[in-house]
Amino acid sequence: MKRLVSLLLLAAVSLTALTGCHGAKGLEPFSIPEEFDTSRDYEITFWAKNDTNKAQTDIYEKAIADFEALYPNIKVNLRLYTDYGRIYNDVITNIATQTTPNVCITYPDHIATYLTGTNIVVPLDELFADAEYGLGGSEVRFDSPTQDEIIPKFLEECSFAGHYYAIPYMRSTEACYVNKTYVEALGYELPETLTWDFIWEVSDAATAKNADGTYKLNGQNVMIPFIYKSTDNMMISMLKQKGAGYSTDEGEILIFNDTTKELLYTVAEHVEKGAFSTFKISSYPANFLNAGQCVFAIDSTAGATWMGTYAPLSDISEEALVEFETVVMEIPQFDPENPQMISQGPSVCVFNKSDPQEVLASWLFAQYLLTNDVQIAYAGTEGYVPVTSKAQNSAEYRDYLSRSGEDNNTYYEVKIQASQLLLEHTGDTFVTPVFNGSASLRDAAGQLIEHVTKSVRRKETVDDTYIEELYSDITSLYRLNQSRPQGGESAGKAELGPLPATAVVLLAALAGAWVLIGVYVFTEALKKRKKIRR
Amino acid sequence: MKKILAIVLALTMALAIVSCGETADVKGEGVMTHAEYIAAELETEVVIETYVQAKQSWWDGKGTFYTQDKEGAYFLYKMACTEDEYNKLTPGTKIKVTGFKTEWQGEVEIIDATYEILDGNYVAKAEDVTSLLGKDELINHQNKLVSFKGMTVEAAAEGSDAAFLYNWDGSGQDGNDLYFNVSKDGQTYTFTVESYLTGAGTDVYEAVKALKVGDVIDMEGFLYWYNGANPHITAVSAAK
Repeated sequence: MKRLVSLLLLAAVSLTALTGCHGAKGLEPFSIPEEFDTSRDYEITFWAKNDTNKAQTDIYEKAIADFEALYPNIKVNLRLYTDYGRIYNDVITNIATQTTPNVCITYPDHIATYLTGTNIVVPLDELFADAEYGLGGSEVRFDSPTQDEIIPKFLEECSFAGHYYAIPYMRSTEACYVNKTYVEALGYELPETLTWDFIWEVSDAATAKNADGTYKLNGQNVMIPFIYKSTDNMMISMLKQKGAGYSTDEGEILIFNDTTKELLYTVAEHVEKGAFSTFKISSYPANFLNAGQCVFAIDSTAGATWMGTYAPLSDISEEALVEFETVVMEIPQFDPENPQMISQGPSVCVFNKSDPQEVLASWLFAQYLLTNDVQIAYAGTEGYVPVTSKAQNSAEYRDYLSRSGEDNNTYYEVKIQASQLLLEHTGDTFVTPVFNGSASLRDAAGQLIEHVTKSVRRKETVDDTYIEELYSDITSLYRLNQSRPQGGESAGKAELGPLPATAVVLLAALAGAWVLIGVYVFTEALKKRKKIRR
Repeated sequence: MKKILAIVLALTMALAIVSCGETADVKGEGVMTHAEYIAAELETEVVIETYVQAKQSWWDGKGTFYTQDKEGAYFLYKMACTEDEYNKLTPGTKIKVTGFKTEWQGEVEIIDATYEILDGNYVAKAEDVTSLLGKDELINHQNKLVSFKGMTVEAAAEGSDAAFLYNWDGSGQDGNDLYFNVSKDGQTYTFTVESYLTGAGTDVYEAVKALKVGDVIDMEGFLYWYNGANPHITAVSAAK
């Protein structure tokens, strides 16, 4: 029996050690090596997001080839994604198995969740400032921008929980792509800045039908005057413009307020008139805009190459295309004197590894993405803007902007107008607070609009009772009523998902071993008692 | 004699009932026939009984399914189910589904659905719709398991000798959707291997990667719709 107990104890100790290795302890914090060891070879992975755009993937591949030519001892493996959500899901899964990529395109909201693990993401403050390998560092083998040359507003978006956890890669905002031909056909003139009142009024007017059921404006059976691609952004932007609550910087949820309710009633009113729908419910705004079935299409400036009669990219057949004049405008505002629009676009984070040299190699590659070659080329694929003043002020980029409209591809007018919109309004952009759970709050914001829109289409009543229930359902669905530790690496692990099966098995075995030990000890104690009683 | 006659008649009726059961679905109370489903307006609640034919993906408590009864097909988009339940919904499983009928870029589907498993099993055979390609009647087979016979593989892009692209424009890599062109009677159509439905490593994914321009092939797949027919191919073989 002693042998059995010894074996069980040994198993318990071993299992404790094994399970302790996983997750809880995590990696050691990264510290910058004295010198980059070029005598060794490194293989790093880069998870990149593209907009299903061959030009973008070509640029990633060229950037990797150029970087590998500068650093022959670093091999970069590219894995391509077409949506941020998928990257986020895969990173979360890979954190649990310690197989995160080295460098990853992502959103600050997502990084805040990654930070719930211990030393998962590398804080970049010291790397930025490192004289040898930092931004503009003396040992960097390419023309790297200095920290001052990164547009401050964009860089600040990557600072949260007390550190810089990312570098901006590209920036975009949302734009309203307007069928000006239709607006004028309805008897309206576009104002300098779109207002919500204007957009709703014109959209309502566009729903007028002929006796045969076709729409007066386009003579077709389909017309959705106003389509918003990202309802997350729609709600967030409206609340911001209204100065209403969304969340605090610390993660207190403020979105379920009366202003939100008022906005949802407005949405409901115009859905009922057939004036408004969303991407999730009706499909891509560009498809309707280009088919002459939409007047106001709000989408990212990074979707500009899909917008307009002569858009270089299109999902609809040529015979479905309609000729019209496209105008790129700011999203509608409540206060045109103080326009506010969201800042979005990919950022890049570096994941920590047990080998600091590998992390340094990863950082060098991440930094390479800020060079003019990459920045200018990638920004030109869509209505993005480069994130460095070095690239924005370069002769090459200024020349690119000046040639707007020269063709319907590289110099596609709508695309360059979209970039210009952000360049001119960088100071009017905002971001939402980043904390563990901010990604869920963002989803919840959009779902409020999606639910109301669906309900009205289904002839359900949207009233105070409905809104109260909706608030309650969304709060519960997105776990917005759970208190969460704020940012930093001491934060909880609520969003890291379930433990991997191997860990569950090990923990179960550990529990089983302790139960058996307990049973043995208890049995032996009973035996002693019995002996005493006897 | 009367007794014998009565027994024969009873047996005949019993056989007829059994036979009816094999050829047509008998729907439960309050359940729509496929024709009623097709006639139902968009954005209205629908209740159907159908059989799982294929599963496209599961994430975050929702699964996407191709389903079909003996009259027609139903695409269930992001139906609420746990991952365990998703794994149990194997091809042939009969389910009762309550959800909302909607349309997304031409694809008629059921969303916000819940389901319960019923007794019964049916796996559809692919219906040859080659002759309907390019015709309006093709939409009557939307979401069904269909086949296309004797089609010729064309270049995936102008000026290229590649038979397929990763993603529609070649912007993807191994593991992403495959797009390929096939022709019949002088008309070319773009078909897709949807990576969530049949990803890298599946027979069809590898078979399409091995295609050469000029190959003549037979295919099976689900007749998905996106701005027109966009079949999600699940099997490819040399034309018989």
